[in-house]
Amino acid sequence: MTTDKTQPTAVRKAEAGAPAPRTTLLRALTAAGGAAAVVSTFLAWTWTAEFPGDLTVYGYPGGLQLLTLVLGIATGVFALAALDLKGLRWLTPSGSTQALRMLALGTFAVTWFTVIAIAVDLDGLVNLEPGGWIAAVVTAVPVATTFLLPDDTRPLCRPKELPSWAEILIIAAVFAVGLYVVNYGIQTDADHPEPFIGYLIAVGFAAVALVKAGLISRVSELTNSYRSVTLVAALITAIVFPFFQDKSSFTELGVNIAIFATVALGLNIVVGLAGLLDLGYVAFLGVGAYTAALVSGSTASTIDVRFPFWAAVITGGVVSLIFGVVIGAPTLRLRGDYLAIVTLGFGEIFRLAMLNLDGTSGPSVTNGPDGIPNIPPLEIFGFNFNDEHSVGGISLDSNGNYYLLMLLVTVVVVLIFSRAGNSRIGRAWVAIREDETAATAMGINGFRVKLIAFALGATLAGVAGAVWAHFQSTVVPEQYVFAGPVPPNSTFLVAAVILGGMGTIGGPLLGATLLYLIPKKLEFLQDYQLLAFGVALILLMRFRPEGIVPNRRQQLEYHETGQLDVPGATGLKDGAVGVTKAEA
Amino acid sequence: MTTTTTSPVLTATGVTMRFGGLTAVQAVDLDVHPGEIVGLIGPNGAGKTTFFNCLTGLYVPTEGSVAYRGTVLPPKPHLVTQAGIARTFQNIRLFANMTVLENVLVGRHTRTKEGLWSALLRGPGFKRAEAASKARAMELLEFTGLADKADHLSRNLPYGEQRKLEIARALASDPGLLLLDEPTAGMNPQETRATEELVFAIRDLGTAVLVIEHDMRFIFNLCDRVAVLVQGQKLVEGTSEVVQSDERVIAAYLGTPFEGAPGAEEAAEVEAAEAGATPGATGGATQDGAQRGTTARTEDGQ
Ligand SMILES: Nc1ncnc2c1ncn2[C@@H]1O[C@H](COP(=O)(O)OP(=O)(O)O)[C@@H](O)[C@H]1O
Ligand SMILES: [Mg+2]
Repeated sequence: MTTDKTQPTAVRKAEAGAPAPRTTLLRALTAAGGAAAVVSTFLAWTWTAEFPGDLTVYGYPGGLQLLTLVLGIATGVFALAALDLKGLRWLTPSGSTQALRMLALGTFAVTWFTVIAIAVDLDGLVNLEPGGWIAAVVTAVPVATTFLLPDDTRPLCRPKELPSWAEILIIAAVFAVGLYVVNYGIQTDADHPEPFIGYLIAVGFAAVALVKAGLISRVSELTNSYRSVTLVAALITAIVFPFFQDKSSFTELGVNIAIFATVALGLNIVVGLAGLLDLGYVAFLGVGAYTAALVSGSTASTIDVRFPFWAAVITGGVVSLIFGVVIGAPTLRLRGDYLAIVTLGFGEIFRLAMLNLDGTSGPSVTNGPDGIPNIPPLEIFGFNFNDEHSVGGISLDSNGNYYLLMLLVTVVVVLIFSRAGNSRIGRAWVAIREDETAATAMGINGFRVKLIAFALGATLAGVAGAVWAHFQSTVVPEQYVFAGPVPPNSTFLVAAVILGGMGTIGGPLLGATLLYLIPKKLEFLQDYQLLAFGVALILLMRFRPEGIVPNRRQQLEYHETGQLDVPGATGLKDGAVGVTKAEA
Repeated sequence: MTTTTTSPVLTATGVTMRFGGLTAVQAVDLDVHPGEIVGLIGPNGAGKTTFFNCLTGLYVPTEGSVAYRGTVLPPKPHLVTQAGIARTFQNIRLFANMTVLENVLVGRHTRTKEGLWSALLRGPGFKRAEAASKARAMELLEFTGLADKADHLSRNLPYGEQRKLEIARALASDPGLLLLDEPTAGMNPQETRATEELVFAIRDLGTAVLVIEHDMRFIFNLCDRVAVLVQGQKLVEGTSEVVQSDERVIAAYLGTPFEGAPGAEEAAEVEAAEAGATPGATGGATQDGAQRGTTARTEDGQ
């Protein structure tokens, strides 16, 4: 009897302590597979340099091989962590198997994508060198082994106590790596889609792997406890971005991303916080841009004034605000989807009005389809934005100047969003979005509060539009459409907000970045951009309705209902203590 | 025990609400005095919730007026709340994706003034007001026993606690009169008892309470005065004893048609349908009441 009882306990103990030999073997095989993948990237995969990237050399990896290399290393290292190698256990706070599967799949997908792309681009499998075959075979091994591994997902374990300088260093390192990854994507060759597609595959799988391993939760715990450090790190990362670009066109991508992300964030106040669907938001950007162009002193402007930049920006914002109030005041009194319809109409009316205020169909204000070109370059305190300037030995061209200016606007909008959102008025917005009847019964003047959100959104778009007009040095009506192949258009902005995550700061920034960058890098996609939006949104609604970046409330929901409850809560509490300590 | 000498917090005069051909509330007069707990009972569909909606401005009454401490209220919900009448909803209407604390903070809206500018500038005044709101909200959560759930999403609370949170949120506007629409619906006997205590405590804090409830034991325990609404009309009003022994009430409320009542058959049918599962159409409600009585007695004995 006693032996019967003790034996199973012993066995269970053994299982918990040391994994079954089969599991160990599979993990070792996975590590070996990762290593083999790494080795294969040092071989030539093809014989001609016609394929983008340098995949023809024995001895060092190049082009898409680099992605296989990085993912191969990651697979190997995580497999070693799964084998309980000392010093690596921190890599998998919430289990290794799922992360390993994602990494193995990522390595496999990137490698096979490369190999197949070589065969297709160069017409035939004969173009593959033995290295390509080897890579294709060895990257399949970890896929097989990881899917045979038992799932070891566990609730997030408590992190080891680290001194605060180490934690801050980790945050800095995370941002540095982030900057490197973003840079890599932006600098991929725009003439060939293959490197960017490979990059997207690799980043996608790696990101999911990091989530599954629990590292993302770990990092967000850290960033939560060091809020100001995180903000500074994010700001520094964004500021140094243009100094890392060797081509001005890359910085230009950065400027456009900053503008569209900022506008999307402004829209997020309206859509995400207050729950008002604004389908003509781009028109407010247009109002700001046109206003700024008219008062900029452009030779083509019908008004003969030249405002300094700050005044042009304020004028743009104020005129946008007025339009916002004029559109919002009659519509926001009504419940239901009237606002969506009215804003949709306003967007189109704005574009048509700009087209027709050309002196023949209407009063001469906007030069019709020609728009207002020749907006003079910005000059603030004698600092000409179109000239190249040198900062500490590193020169910054026109795009770099505008990038930094735009970044300033982004920071202001982020501040406005977070401060307004986290206050009495922000709570009223969310309450209205959640249940308008209950909100009014709690004493909230629904009309007033909604109008404030709508007008604030319009003003921010107007300000961004004023900067954008100067950056583009021209405004034309066709930039401000409801839907079209080039951003900004209202569909693009709404999609960026929904895709990224409504009601969050990071969401629209990330959403706008992805939606802008992907079609930009994959030119062949541009004609299908709207289709791709649709597909992306359908997939998102099916698999991640809260958007890529879930907001705090949804995260909380996850924490409360999921297994993560207890350790997550203690982690947060520790974080809070950390903050008070840091502040004291 | 009525305190008719003091001037009333609430004076509803001739409140009538018609939806097309249907008169949901007809010429109802009702006063609530400071420090009073008044019950509003009546069969389903009698117009109780509609009457509440008229009082709080969610509906604009077809006729009649509502006055708070002698001032006639405009039929705008936020102005009614600002004046000092707060309410809960029969079908819980919390802000599901906000935390418990945030829900109560929203309730503070009318008692704070910080607008967009002060939120953006974050001056010392803003921080002070925000801290004061939080402190008051936590106090109310403490009062309703939800303090330890402050950071939970309100949608994840169990049903009974959601009802309590509705009360806490309503109290956050420091109301002079609290309207509770079926606060114990769906609660077990223990929770009902706790809510009873809570309502007494609210009254002791100086807030008058007007409460709709189907649980007769709850109502007659709690209320200084009870009004009975049937078919949109006020049938009787008086102390628990008076109402309990009124024949018309027994007839109307328990579903036996009384003489001359228009459409009383329909009311009876509704009652019968409700009693559904219990055998004996008219006996259903009585049996139910008896059962409640027994449960309560055993409880008391413990
Ligand atoms: N908005 C409305 N439109 C039409 N009829 C309504 C509306 N609100 C309530 N009613 C009707 O008014 C009557 C009273 O309903 P209600 O006040 O909810 O009853 P109670 O709360 O007493 O159960 C019902 O017949 C209901 O159908
Ligand atoms: Mg009702």
